[in-house]
Amino acid sequence: MNVLFADVPVRGLVVLAVFAAALILAPAVVDDYVLSILILCLYFSFIGQAWNIMMGFAGQLSLGHSLYIGLGAYTSAALFVHFQTIPWIGMLAGMVVAGAAGGIIGGLGFRFGIRGVYFALLTIAFAEFTRVAFDHFGWVGGSSGLFLPVEYRDDSDLLSLRGAPVMFYYVILAFTAGALVLARLILASKIGYYWLAIREDQEAAQALGINVFRYKMLAVVLSAVLTSMAGTFYAFYYNNLYPETIFSMHKSIEILLGVVVGGLGTLFGPILGAFLLTMLGELMTDLAEHIDLDGVKQLFLGLCLLVIIVFRPAGVWPWLARRLGLSGRRDA
Amino acid sequence: MLEIDGLHLSYGDAVALSDVSLTAGAGEIVAIVGANGAGKTSLIQTVAGIHRPDSGRVVFDGTDITGWPSHRVCNLGIGQVAEGRQIFPSMSVQENLEMGAMIPRARAHAAAAYARVLDIFPRLAERRQQMAGTLSGGEQQMLAIGRCLMGKPRLVMFDEPSLGLAPAIVQEVFAVIKQLNQDGMTIVLVEQNVAASLKLAGHAYVLENGHMVMRGTGESLLNDDRVRQAYLGL
Repeated sequence: MNVLFADVPVRGLVVLAVFAAALILAPAVVDDYVLSILILCLYFSFIGQAWNIMMGFAGQLSLGHSLYIGLGAYTSAALFVHFQTIPWIGMLAGMVVAGAAGGIIGGLGFRFGIRGVYFALLTIAFAEFTRVAFDHFGWVGGSSGLFLPVEYRDDSDLLSLRGAPVMFYYVILAFTAGALVLARLILASKIGYYWLAIREDQEAAQALGINVFRYKMLAVVLSAVLTSMAGTFYAFYYNNLYPETIFSMHKSIEILLGVVVGGLGTLFGPILGAFLLTMLGELMTDLAEHIDLDGVKQLFLGLCLLVIIVFRPAGVWPWLARRLGLSGRRDA
Repeated sequence: MLEIDGLHLSYGDAVALSDVSLTAGAGEIVAIVGANGAGKTSLIQTVAGIHRPDSGRVVFDGTDITGWPSHRVCNLGIGQVAEGRQIFPSMSVQENLEMGAMIPRARAHAAAAYARVLDIFPRLAERRQQMAGTLSGGEQQMLAIGRCLMGKPRLVMFDEPSLGLAPAIVQEVFAVIKQLNQDGMTIVLVEQNVAASLKLAGHAYVLENGHMVMRGTGESLLNDDRVRQAYLGL
Protein backbone atom coordinates (compact mmCIF):
# COMPACT_ATOMS: atom_id res chain seq x y z
CA MET A 1 0.00 0.00 0.00
CA ASN A 2 2.89 2.30 0.70
CA VAL A 3 4.07 2.07 -2.88
CA LEU A 4 0.58 2.82 -4.16
CA PHE A 5 0.07 6.04 -2.24
CA ALA A 6 3.60 7.30 -1.70
CA ASP A 7 4.14 10.89 -2.88
CA VAL A 8 0.43 11.54 -3.37
CA PRO A 9 -0.67 14.66 -1.48
CA VAL A 10 -3.66 14.40 0.87
CA ARG A 11 -5.74 16.54 -1.47
CA GLY A 12 -5.11 14.07 -4.28
CA LEU A 13 -6.11 11.14 -2.09
CA VAL A 14 -9.33 12.88 -1.08
CA VAL A 15 -10.29 13.62 -4.68
CA LEU A 16 -9.42 10.05 -5.67
CA ALA A 17 -11.56 8.67 -2.83
CA VAL A 18 -14.51 10.90 -3.75
CA PHE A 19 -14.21 9.95 -7.42
CA ALA A 20 -14.03 6.24 -6.58
CA ALA A 21 -17.00 6.49 -4.21
CA ALA A 22 -19.04 8.36 -6.83
CA LEU A 23 -18.33 5.64 -9.38
CA ILE A 24 -19.19 2.86 -6.94
CA LEU A 25 -22.48 4.51 -5.91
CA ALA A 26 -23.46 5.81 -9.35
CA PRO A 27 -25.71 2.88 -10.42
CA ALA A 28 -27.99 3.59 -7.44
CA VAL A 29 -28.85 7.08 -8.67
CA VAL A 30 -28.48 7.21 -12.45
CA ASP A 31 -30.83 5.85 -15.12
CA ASP A 32 -29.96 3.22 -17.72
CA TYR A 33 -28.94 5.77 -20.33
CA VAL A 34 -26.40 7.48 -18.09
CA LEU A 35 -25.19 4.09 -16.92
CA SER A 36 -24.52 3.02 -20.51
CA ILE A 37 -22.45 6.16 -21.03
CA LEU A 38 -20.52 5.54 -17.83
CA ILE A 39 -19.81 2.01 -19.04
CA LEU A 40 -18.44 3.45 -22.27
CA CYS A 41 -16.29 5.94 -20.31
CA LEU A 42 -14.80 3.15 -18.21
CA TYR A 43 -14.33 0.93 -21.25
CA PHE A 44 -12.23 3.61 -22.94
CA SER A 45 -10.42 4.40 -19.66
CA PHE A 46 -9.36 0.78 -19.41
CA ILE A 47 -8.18 0.44 -23.02
CA GLY A 48 -6.52 3.86 -22.82
CA GLN A 49 -4.59 2.70 -19.76
CA ALA A 50 -3.49 -0.41 -21.66
CA TRP A 51 -2.45 1.57 -24.75
CA ASN A 52 -0.65 4.09 -22.53
CA ILE A 53 1.60 1.35 -21.15
CA MET A 54 3.02 0.84 -24.61
CA MET A 55 3.13 4.43 -25.87
CA GLY A 56 3.05 6.58 -22.74
CA PHE A 57 5.49 4.53 -20.67
CA ALA A 58 7.68 2.68 -23.16
CA GLY A 59 7.36 5.11 -26.08
CA GLN A 60 6.22 2.58 -28.68
CA LEU A 61 3.46 3.95 -30.88
CA SER A 62 0.64 1.58 -31.78
CA LEU A 63 -2.01 2.67 -34.25
CA GLY A 64 -3.50 -0.81 -34.45
CA HIS A 65 -4.78 -1.53 -30.97
CA SER A 66 -8.16 -2.54 -32.38
CA LEU A 67 -6.37 -5.77 -33.33
CA TYR A 68 -6.11 -6.81 -29.69
CA ILE A 69 -9.68 -5.80 -28.87
CA GLY A 70 -10.88 -7.85 -31.82
CA LEU A 71 -8.78 -10.89 -31.00
CA GLY A 72 -9.97 -10.85 -27.38
CA ALA A 73 -13.57 -10.37 -28.43
CA TYR A 74 -13.59 -13.01 -31.17
CA THR A 75 -11.65 -15.63 -29.22
CA SER A 76 -13.93 -15.54 -26.19
CA ALA A 77 -17.14 -15.14 -28.21
CA ALA A 78 -16.33 -17.96 -30.64
CA LEU A 79 -15.41 -20.30 -27.78
CA PHE A 80 -18.69 -19.41 -26.10
CA VAL A 81 -20.82 -19.87 -29.22
CA HIS A 82 -19.20 -23.12 -30.35
CA PHE A 83 -18.20 -24.81 -27.11
CA GLN A 84 -20.19 -22.95 -24.43
CA THR A 85 -16.86 -22.06 -22.80
CA ILE A 86 -17.47 -19.64 -19.92
CA PRO A 87 -16.35 -16.09 -20.77
CA TRP A 88 -13.62 -15.93 -18.14
CA ILE A 89 -11.86 -18.96 -19.63
CA GLY A 90 -12.49 -17.44 -23.06
CA MET A 91 -10.96 -14.22 -21.82
CA LEU A 92 -7.80 -16.05 -20.75
CA ALA A 93 -7.64 -17.69 -24.18
CA GLY A 94 -8.11 -14.27 -25.81
CA MET A 95 -5.30 -12.87 -23.65
CA VAL A 96 -3.01 -15.63 -24.88
CA VAL A 97 -3.94 -15.03 -28.53
CA ALA A 98 -3.57 -11.25 -28.24
CA GLY A 99 -0.32 -11.61 -26.30
CA ALA A 100 1.03 -13.87 -29.04
CA ALA A 101 -0.04 -11.36 -31.71
CA GLY A 102 1.70 -8.57 -29.77
CA GLY A 103 4.75 -10.79 -29.44
CA ILE A 104 4.87 -11.38 -33.20
CA ILE A 105 4.47 -7.70 -34.06
CA GLY A 106 6.99 -6.58 -31.43
CA GLY A 107 9.37 -9.41 -32.27
CA LEU A 108 9.35 -8.62 -35.97
CA GLY A 109 9.54 -4.87 -35.48
CA PHE A 110 12.18 -4.69 -32.76
CA ARG A 111 14.37 -7.50 -34.07
CA PHE A 112 14.74 -5.71 -37.38
CA GLY A 113 15.13 -2.28 -35.81
CA ILE A 114 11.84 -0.87 -37.08
CA ARG A 115 11.13 2.22 -35.02
CA GLY A 116 8.82 5.15 -34.52
CA VAL A 117 6.42 5.85 -37.35
CA TYR A 118 7.50 2.74 -39.24
CA PHE A 119 6.68 0.57 -36.27
CA ALA A 120 3.29 2.29 -36.04
CA LEU A 121 2.69 1.45 -39.71
CA LEU A 122 3.47 -2.18 -38.92
CA THR A 123 0.80 -2.19 -36.19
CA ILE A 124 -1.74 -0.77 -38.65
CA ALA A 125 -0.81 -3.40 -41.23
CA PHE A 126 -1.43 -6.25 -38.79
CA ALA A 127 -4.77 -4.84 -37.64
CA GLU A 128 -5.88 -4.31 -41.23
CA PHE A 129 -5.01 -7.71 -42.63
CA THR A 130 -6.50 -9.39 -39.58
CA ARG A 131 -9.71 -7.48 -40.30
CA VAL A 132 -9.69 -8.70 -43.90
CA ALA A 133 -8.92 -12.25 -42.77
CA PHE A 134 -11.86 -12.23 -40.32
CA ASP A 135 -14.12 -11.00 -43.10
CA HIS A 136 -13.50 -14.36 -44.77
CA PHE A 137 -13.28 -16.51 -41.65
CA GLY A 138 -16.48 -18.57 -41.84
CA TRP A 139 -16.16 -20.23 -38.45
CA VAL A 140 -16.77 -16.89 -36.75
CA GLY A 141 -19.37 -15.70 -39.25
CA GLY A 142 -17.14 -13.81 -41.66
CA SER A 143 -18.23 -10.34 -42.64
CA SER A 144 -21.87 -10.96 -41.62
CA GLY A 145 -20.79 -11.03 -37.99
CA LEU A 146 -20.85 -13.22 -34.90
CA PHE A 147 -23.80 -13.03 -32.51
CA LEU A 148 -24.09 -14.16 -28.94
CA PRO A 149 -27.45 -15.45 -27.76
CA VAL A 150 -29.13 -12.68 -25.79
CA GLU A 151 -31.01 -13.53 -22.67
CA TYR A 152 -33.08 -10.89 -20.98
CA ARG A 153 -32.90 -11.46 -17.30
CA ASP A 154 -32.88 -9.39 -14.17
CA ASP A 155 -30.60 -11.52 -12.10
CA SER A 156 -26.91 -11.36 -12.83
CA ASP A 157 -24.78 -14.39 -13.53
CA LEU A 158 -21.24 -13.11 -13.13
CA LEU A 159 -19.70 -16.46 -14.03
CA SER A 160 -21.25 -16.54 -17.50
CA LEU A 161 -21.31 -12.73 -17.87
CA ARG A 162 -25.04 -12.63 -18.55
CA GLY A 163 -27.14 -10.11 -16.76
CA ALA A 164 -28.24 -6.54 -16.29
CA PRO A 165 -26.13 -3.52 -17.36
CA VAL A 166 -25.28 -2.78 -13.74
CA MET A 167 -23.29 -6.02 -13.56
CA PHE A 168 -21.31 -5.02 -16.66
CA TYR A 169 -20.76 -1.64 -15.07
CA TYR A 170 -19.11 -3.12 -12.01
CA VAL A 171 -17.06 -5.54 -14.13
CA ILE A 172 -15.55 -2.75 -16.25
CA LEU A 173 -15.12 -0.58 -13.14
CA ALA A 174 -13.10 -3.39 -11.54
CA PHE A 175 -11.05 -3.79 -14.76
CA THR A 176 -10.29 -0.06 -14.83
CA ALA A 177 -9.35 0.08 -11.16
CA GLY A 178 -7.18 -3.02 -11.59
CA ALA A 179 -5.39 -1.54 -14.60
CA LEU A 180 -4.75 1.70 -12.71
CA VAL A 181 -3.23 -0.15 -9.75
CA LEU A 182 -1.15 -2.34 -12.07
CA ALA A 183 0.14 0.68 -14.03
CA ARG A 184 1.02 2.47 -10.81
CA LEU A 185 2.90 -0.53 -9.40
CA ILE A 186 4.85 -1.12 -12.61
CA LEU A 187 5.70 2.54 -12.99
CA ALA A 188 7.21 2.56 -9.49
CA SER A 189 9.20 -0.60 -10.18
CA LYS A 190 12.46 -1.25 -11.95
CA ILE A 191 10.56 -2.07 -15.15
CA GLY A 192 8.86 1.34 -15.09
CA TYR A 193 12.24 3.07 -14.95
CA TYR A 194 13.56 0.94 -17.81
CA TRP A 195 10.54 1.90 -19.90
CA LEU A 196 10.99 5.61 -19.19
CA ALA A 197 14.66 5.36 -20.07
CA ILE A 198 13.82 3.63 -23.37
CA ARG A 199 11.15 6.24 -24.10
CA GLU A 200 13.49 9.14 -23.38
CA ASP A 201 16.53 7.83 -25.20
CA GLN A 202 16.78 4.31 -26.47
CA GLU A 203 20.50 4.50 -27.33
CA ALA A 204 21.35 5.77 -23.87
CA ALA A 205 19.27 3.04 -22.27
CA GLN A 206 21.13 0.47 -24.33
CA ALA A 207 24.47 2.02 -23.41
CA LEU A 208 23.59 1.59 -19.74
CA GLY A 209 23.08 -2.12 -20.17
CA ILE A 210 19.29 -2.23 -20.31
CA ASN A 211 18.02 -5.11 -22.42
CA VAL A 212 16.01 -2.80 -24.67
CA PHE A 213 14.51 -5.59 -26.78
CA ARG A 214 13.18 -7.49 -23.79
CA TYR A 215 11.55 -4.50 -22.11
CA LYS A 216 9.99 -3.20 -25.32
CA MET A 217 8.56 -6.66 -25.91
CA LEU A 218 7.22 -6.73 -22.36
CA ALA A 219 5.42 -3.42 -22.91
CA VAL A 220 3.83 -4.56 -26.17
CA VAL A 221 2.72 -7.96 -24.88
CA LEU A 222 1.36 -6.59 -21.60
CA SER A 223 -0.51 -3.86 -23.45
CA ALA A 224 -1.95 -6.39 -25.91
CA VAL A 225 -3.03 -8.79 -23.17
CA LEU A 226 -4.80 -6.07 -21.18
CA THR A 227 -6.48 -4.66 -24.27
CA SER A 228 -7.86 -8.08 -25.19
CA MET A 229 -9.69 -8.21 -21.84
CA ALA A 230 -11.67 -5.19 -22.98
CA GLY A 231 -12.45 -7.12 -26.16
CA THR A 232 -14.04 -9.94 -24.19
CA PHE A 233 -16.02 -7.39 -22.23
CA TYR A 234 -17.18 -5.78 -25.46
CA ALA A 235 -18.30 -9.12 -26.94
CA PHE A 236 -20.44 -10.09 -23.96
CA TYR A 237 -21.80 -6.60 -23.37
CA TYR A 238 -22.86 -5.83 -26.95
CA ASN A 239 -23.43 -9.45 -28.05
CA ASN A 240 -22.50 -8.81 -31.66
CA LEU A 241 -19.18 -8.60 -33.44
CA TYR A 242 -18.35 -7.44 -36.95
CA PRO A 243 -14.76 -7.44 -38.26
CA GLU A 244 -15.56 -4.15 -39.97
CA THR A 245 -16.23 -2.32 -36.71
CA ILE A 246 -14.11 -4.09 -34.13
CA PHE A 247 -10.83 -4.21 -36.09
CA SER A 248 -11.32 -0.77 -37.62
CA MET A 249 -8.59 1.81 -37.65
CA HIS A 250 -11.21 4.29 -36.45
CA LYS A 251 -11.38 2.37 -33.19
CA SER A 252 -7.59 2.46 -32.74
CA ILE A 253 -7.61 6.23 -33.21
CA GLU A 254 -10.47 6.65 -30.74
CA ILE A 255 -8.41 4.84 -28.11
CA LEU A 256 -5.39 7.06 -28.42
CA LEU A 257 -7.37 10.31 -28.65
CA GLY A 258 -8.53 9.93 -25.05
CA VAL A 259 -5.01 9.32 -23.79
CA VAL A 260 -3.49 12.20 -25.73
CA VAL A 261 -6.20 14.58 -24.54
CA GLY A 262 -5.93 13.34 -20.94
CA GLY A 263 -2.15 13.19 -20.78
CA LEU A 264 0.23 10.76 -22.42
CA GLY A 265 2.38 8.78 -19.99
CA THR A 266 0.36 9.75 -16.92
CA LEU A 267 -1.76 7.46 -14.77
CA PHE A 268 -4.97 9.47 -14.65
CA GLY A 269 -4.69 11.01 -18.09
CA PRO A 270 -6.26 8.00 -19.85
CA ILE A 271 -9.20 8.04 -17.40
CA LEU A 272 -9.78 11.78 -17.55
CA GLY A 273 -9.43 11.78 -21.34
CA ALA A 274 -11.86 8.88 -21.78
CA PHE A 275 -14.49 10.56 -19.58
CA LEU A 276 -14.05 13.94 -21.26
CA LEU A 277 -14.23 12.67 -24.82
CA THR A 278 -16.98 10.11 -24.28
CA MET A 279 -19.24 12.50 -22.43
CA LEU A 280 -18.64 15.43 -24.75
CA GLY A 281 -19.00 13.11 -27.75
CA GLU A 282 -22.35 11.95 -26.41
CA LEU A 283 -23.47 15.55 -25.93
CA MET A 284 -22.48 16.30 -29.50
CA THR A 285 -24.45 13.32 -30.78
CA ASP A 286 -27.51 14.70 -28.99
CA LEU A 287 -26.84 18.12 -30.39
CA ALA A 288 -26.45 16.69 -33.89
CA GLU A 289 -29.91 15.13 -33.58
CA HIS A 290 -31.42 18.42 -32.50
CA ILE A 291 -29.91 20.57 -35.18
CA ASP A 292 -30.07 17.73 -37.70
CA LEU A 293 -26.45 17.91 -38.74
CA ASP A 294 -24.34 14.81 -39.25
CA GLY A 295 -20.69 14.68 -38.36
CA VAL A 296 -20.83 17.22 -35.55
CA LYS A 297 -19.21 14.67 -33.23
CA GLN A 298 -16.26 14.01 -35.56
CA LEU A 299 -15.80 17.68 -36.19
CA PHE A 300 -15.86 18.32 -32.48
CA LEU A 301 -13.32 15.59 -31.68
CA GLY A 302 -11.00 17.01 -34.30
CA LEU A 303 -11.32 20.50 -32.85
CA CYS A 304 -10.80 19.16 -29.35
CA LEU A 305 -7.53 17.53 -30.36
CA LEU A 306 -6.43 20.69 -32.10
CA VAL A 307 -7.08 22.81 -29.02
CA ILE A 308 -5.27 20.35 -26.75
CA ILE A 309 -2.23 20.13 -29.00
CA VAL A 310 -1.96 23.88 -29.22
CA PHE A 311 -2.69 24.86 -25.62
CA ARG A 312 -1.95 21.80 -23.47
CA PRO A 313 0.41 19.58 -25.46
CA ALA A 314 1.13 17.47 -22.38
CA GLY A 315 -2.59 16.79 -21.92
CA VAL A 316 -5.29 18.06 -19.57
CA TRP A 317 -4.38 15.96 -16.54
CA PRO A 318 -0.84 17.27 -15.83
CA TRP A 319 -2.16 20.83 -15.99
CA LEU A 320 -5.23 20.08 -13.87
CA ALA A 321 -3.24 18.12 -11.31
CA ARG A 322 -0.74 20.93 -10.92
CA ARG A 323 -3.46 23.54 -10.71
CA LEU A 324 -5.38 21.71 -8.03
CA GLY A 325 -2.36 20.26 -6.25
CA LEU A 326 -3.59 16.73 -6.78
CA SER A 327 -0.51 14.78 -7.65
CA GLY A 328 3.01 14.11 -6.51
CA ARG A 329 6.01 15.12 -8.47
CA ARG A 330 5.95 12.70 -11.37
CA ASP A 331 2.26 12.08 -11.79
CA ALA A 332 -0.32 10.54 -9.58
CA MET B 1 42.54 -5.64 -21.38
CA LEU B 2 40.73 -4.91 -24.65
CA GLU B 3 41.87 -6.55 -27.85
CA ILE B 4 40.23 -5.89 -31.18
CA ASP B 5 41.42 -8.07 -34.01
CA GLY B 6 40.60 -7.74 -37.72
CA LEU B 7 37.18 -6.18 -37.23
CA HIS B 8 34.92 -5.75 -40.26
CA LEU B 9 31.58 -3.96 -40.08
CA SER B 10 29.26 -2.85 -42.84
CA TYR B 11 25.81 -1.28 -42.95
CA GLY B 12 24.29 -2.89 -46.01
CA ASP B 13 26.70 -2.00 -48.84
CA ALA B 14 28.53 0.72 -46.94
CA VAL B 15 31.72 -0.48 -45.29
CA ALA B 16 32.20 1.20 -41.90
CA LEU B 17 35.17 -0.72 -40.54
CA SER B 18 37.68 -2.76 -42.48
CA ASP B 19 40.30 -4.94 -40.79
CA VAL B 20 40.55 -2.78 -37.69
CA SER B 21 42.78 -3.96 -34.87
CA LEU B 22 43.48 -2.23 -31.59
CA THR B 23 44.86 -3.05 -28.17
CA ALA B 24 44.25 -1.23 -24.91
CA GLY B 25 46.26 -2.44 -21.94
CA ALA B 26 44.92 -2.25 -18.38
CA GLY B 27 45.23 1.24 -16.95
CA GLU B 28 46.01 2.81 -20.31
CA ILE B 29 44.44 5.73 -22.15
CA VAL B 30 44.05 4.89 -25.83
CA ALA B 31 42.97 7.61 -28.22
CA ILE B 32 41.29 7.06 -31.58
CA VAL B 33 41.43 10.06 -33.87
CA GLY B 34 40.10 10.58 -37.34
CA ALA B 35 37.81 12.72 -39.45
CA ASN B 36 34.02 12.61 -39.36
CA GLY B 37 32.76 9.38 -40.87
CA ALA B 38 36.09 7.60 -40.38
CA GLY B 39 34.36 4.91 -38.30
CA LYS B 40 35.25 5.97 -34.77
CA THR B 41 31.73 5.80 -33.39
CA SER B 42 31.06 2.57 -35.30
CA LEU B 43 34.10 1.03 -33.65
CA ILE B 44 32.96 1.99 -30.15
CA GLN B 45 29.44 0.81 -30.80
CA THR B 46 30.66 -2.51 -32.12
CA VAL B 47 32.68 -3.11 -28.97
CA ALA B 48 29.63 -2.08 -26.92
CA GLY B 49 27.47 -4.66 -28.67
CA ILE B 50 25.21 -2.20 -30.47
CA HIS B 51 26.44 -3.41 -33.87
CA ARG B 52 27.34 -6.97 -34.71
CA PRO B 53 30.56 -7.18 -36.76
CA ASP B 54 30.74 -9.14 -40.03
CA SER B 55 34.00 -10.70 -38.93
CA GLY B 56 36.88 -10.20 -36.51
CA ARG B 57 37.14 -10.59 -32.77
CA VAL B 58 36.63 -8.44 -29.70
CA VAL B 59 38.23 -9.84 -26.56
CA PHE B 60 37.84 -8.24 -23.14
CA ASP B 61 39.97 -9.55 -20.29
CA GLY B 62 40.36 -12.92 -22.00
CA THR B 63 36.65 -13.28 -22.78
CA ASP B 64 35.58 -13.31 -26.41
CA ILE B 65 32.65 -10.87 -26.48
CA THR B 66 32.27 -10.62 -30.25
CA GLY B 67 28.60 -10.17 -31.11
CA TRP B 68 27.42 -10.14 -27.49
CA PRO B 69 24.30 -8.07 -26.87
CA SER B 70 24.97 -4.70 -25.24
CA HIS B 71 23.45 -5.50 -21.84
CA ARG B 72 25.87 -8.40 -21.39
CA VAL B 73 28.86 -6.36 -22.54
CA CYS B 74 27.87 -3.66 -20.08
CA ASN B 75 27.65 -6.10 -17.25
CA LEU B 76 31.24 -7.23 -17.86
CA GLY B 77 32.43 -3.73 -16.94
CA ILE B 78 32.62 -1.94 -20.28
CA GLY B 79 30.98 1.45 -19.98
CA GLN B 80 30.45 4.04 -22.68
CA VAL B 81 29.75 7.73 -22.64
CA ALA B 82 27.95 8.17 -25.92
CA GLU B 83 28.26 11.09 -28.27
CA GLY B 84 25.94 14.03 -27.71
CA ARG B 85 25.30 13.57 -23.97
CA GLN B 86 22.43 11.14 -24.12
CA ILE B 87 20.88 11.89 -20.77
CA PHE B 88 17.23 11.32 -19.87
CA PRO B 89 15.91 14.91 -19.97
CA SER B 90 12.70 14.53 -17.94
CA MET B 91 14.28 12.49 -15.17
CA SER B 92 16.02 14.20 -12.28
CA VAL B 93 19.79 14.18 -11.95
CA GLN B 94 19.49 11.61 -9.18
CA GLU B 95 17.23 9.34 -11.25
CA ASN B 96 19.59 9.59 -14.20
CA LEU B 97 22.44 8.45 -11.99
CA GLU B 98 20.37 5.65 -10.49
CA MET B 99 19.61 4.41 -14.00
CA GLY B 100 23.35 3.90 -14.45
CA ALA B 101 23.47 1.34 -11.65
CA MET B 102 20.64 -0.91 -12.87
CA ILE B 103 22.92 -3.60 -14.30
CA PRO B 104 23.48 -6.58 -12.00
CA ARG B 105 27.21 -5.93 -11.46
CA ALA B 106 26.52 -2.44 -10.08
CA ARG B 107 23.28 -2.79 -8.16
CA ALA B 108 24.76 -3.74 -4.80
CA HIS B 109 27.29 -0.90 -4.90
CA ALA B 110 24.88 1.79 -6.07
CA ALA B 111 24.97 3.84 -2.85
CA ALA B 112 28.76 3.94 -2.69
CA ALA B 113 29.04 4.73 -6.40
CA TYR B 114 26.49 7.52 -6.02
CA ALA B 115 28.46 9.11 -3.20
CA ARG B 116 31.64 8.87 -5.24
CA VAL B 117 30.09 10.42 -8.36
CA LEU B 118 28.75 13.36 -6.33
CA ASP B 119 32.21 13.67 -4.86
CA ILE B 120 33.79 13.90 -8.31
CA PHE B 121 31.07 16.25 -9.61
CA PRO B 122 29.95 18.57 -6.78
CA ARG B 123 27.79 20.48 -9.27
CA LEU B 124 25.61 17.41 -9.70
CA ALA B 125 25.18 17.16 -5.94
CA GLU B 126 23.77 20.70 -5.90
CA ARG B 127 21.34 19.83 -8.65
CA ARG B 128 20.25 16.38 -7.54
CA GLN B 129 16.50 17.07 -7.81
CA GLN B 130 16.66 19.17 -10.95
CA MET B 131 15.35 17.79 -14.26
CA ALA B 132 18.37 16.73 -16.29
CA GLY B 133 17.05 18.50 -19.40
CA THR B 134 17.43 21.86 -17.66
CA LEU B 135 21.15 21.43 -16.97
CA SER B 136 23.76 23.32 -18.97
CA GLY B 137 25.68 21.48 -21.69
CA GLY B 138 28.71 21.02 -19.47
CA GLU B 139 26.64 19.75 -16.57
CA GLN B 140 24.88 17.31 -18.87
CA GLN B 141 28.22 15.92 -19.96
CA MET B 142 29.24 15.56 -16.30
CA LEU B 143 25.96 13.75 -15.71
CA ALA B 144 26.55 11.43 -18.66
CA ILE B 145 30.02 10.58 -17.33
CA GLY B 146 28.72 10.19 -13.77
CA ARG B 147 25.91 7.93 -14.94
CA CYS B 148 28.42 5.72 -16.72
CA LEU B 149 30.55 5.50 -13.57
CA MET B 150 27.50 4.31 -11.62
CA GLY B 151 27.81 1.04 -13.56
CA LYS B 152 31.22 0.27 -11.99
CA PRO B 153 33.03 0.05 -15.34
CA ARG B 154 36.65 -1.09 -15.61
CA LEU B 155 36.92 0.25 -19.14
CA VAL B 156 35.18 3.42 -20.30
CA MET B 157 34.83 4.42 -23.93
CA PHE B 158 34.27 8.14 -24.44
CA ASP B 159 32.76 9.26 -27.73
CA GLU B 160 33.53 12.93 -28.43
CA PRO B 161 33.21 14.08 -24.81
CA SER B 162 34.25 17.65 -25.66
CA LEU B 163 31.76 18.11 -28.51
CA GLY B 164 29.93 21.42 -28.25
CA LEU B 165 31.35 22.41 -24.88
CA ALA B 166 32.95 25.70 -23.86
CA PRO B 167 36.79 25.56 -23.68
CA ALA B 168 36.83 25.86 -19.88
CA ILE B 169 34.45 22.91 -19.56
CA VAL B 170 36.47 20.89 -22.06
CA GLN B 171 39.49 21.29 -19.79
CA GLU B 172 37.42 20.12 -16.87
CA VAL B 173 36.21 17.04 -18.76
CA PHE B 174 39.76 16.12 -19.76
CA ALA B 175 40.92 16.59 -16.18
CA VAL B 176 38.22 14.18 -15.01
CA ILE B 177 39.24 11.60 -17.62
CA LYS B 178 42.84 11.91 -16.48
CA GLN B 179 41.79 11.52 -12.85
CA LEU B 180 39.72 8.41 -13.59
CA ASN B 181 42.69 6.91 -15.40
CA GLN B 182 44.98 7.64 -12.47
CA ASP B 183 42.49 5.81 -10.27
CA GLY B 184 43.10 2.74 -12.41
CA MET B 185 40.44 2.91 -15.09
CA THR B 186 41.23 1.94 -18.66
CA ILE B 187 40.05 4.54 -21.16
CA VAL B 188 39.29 4.52 -24.85
CA LEU B 189 38.92 8.09 -26.05
CA VAL B 190 37.43 9.09 -29.37
CA GLU B 191 37.97 12.79 -29.98
CA GLN B 192 37.86 15.44 -32.60
CA ASN B 193 40.06 17.52 -30.31
CA VAL B 194 43.14 15.74 -31.65
CA ALA B 195 45.85 17.71 -29.90
CA ALA B 196 44.32 17.40 -26.44
CA SER B 197 43.56 13.70 -26.76
CA LEU B 198 47.00 12.81 -28.13
CA LYS B 199 48.62 14.64 -25.21
CA LEU B 200 46.53 12.61 -22.80
CA ALA B 201 46.91 9.22 -24.49
CA GLY B 202 49.55 6.57 -24.00
CA HIS B 203 48.78 4.98 -27.33
CA ALA B 204 46.80 6.38 -30.20
CA TYR B 205 45.37 5.18 -33.48
CA VAL B 206 44.40 7.08 -36.60
CA LEU B 207 41.29 5.86 -38.38
CA GLU B 208 40.61 6.83 -42.01
CA ASN B 209 37.60 5.62 -44.01
CA GLY B 210 37.25 2.57 -41.81
CA HIS B 211 40.94 1.63 -41.95
CA MET B 212 43.50 1.93 -39.16
CA VAL B 213 46.20 3.89 -41.01
CA MET B 214 48.57 4.79 -38.21
CA ARG B 215 49.38 3.85 -34.67
CA GLY B 216 51.94 4.91 -32.13
CA THR B 217 52.42 6.61 -28.81
CA GLY B 218 50.45 9.77 -28.35
CA GLU B 219 53.63 11.80 -28.40
CA SER B 220 55.00 10.29 -31.60
CA LEU B 221 51.74 10.91 -33.44
CA LEU B 222 51.64 14.44 -32.12
CA ASN B 223 55.00 15.01 -33.78
CA ASP B 224 54.17 13.15 -36.97
CA ASP B 225 54.04 15.40 -40.02
CA ARG B 226 51.03 13.72 -41.62
CA VAL B 227 49.00 13.94 -38.42
CA ARG B 228 50.03 17.54 -37.91
CA GLN B 229 48.98 18.40 -41.43
CA ALA B 230 45.73 16.45 -41.59
CA TYR B 231 44.36 16.92 -38.08
CA LEU B 232 46.17 19.79 -36.43
CA GLY B 233 46.31 22.14 -39.40
CA LEU B 234 50.01 22.83 -38.89
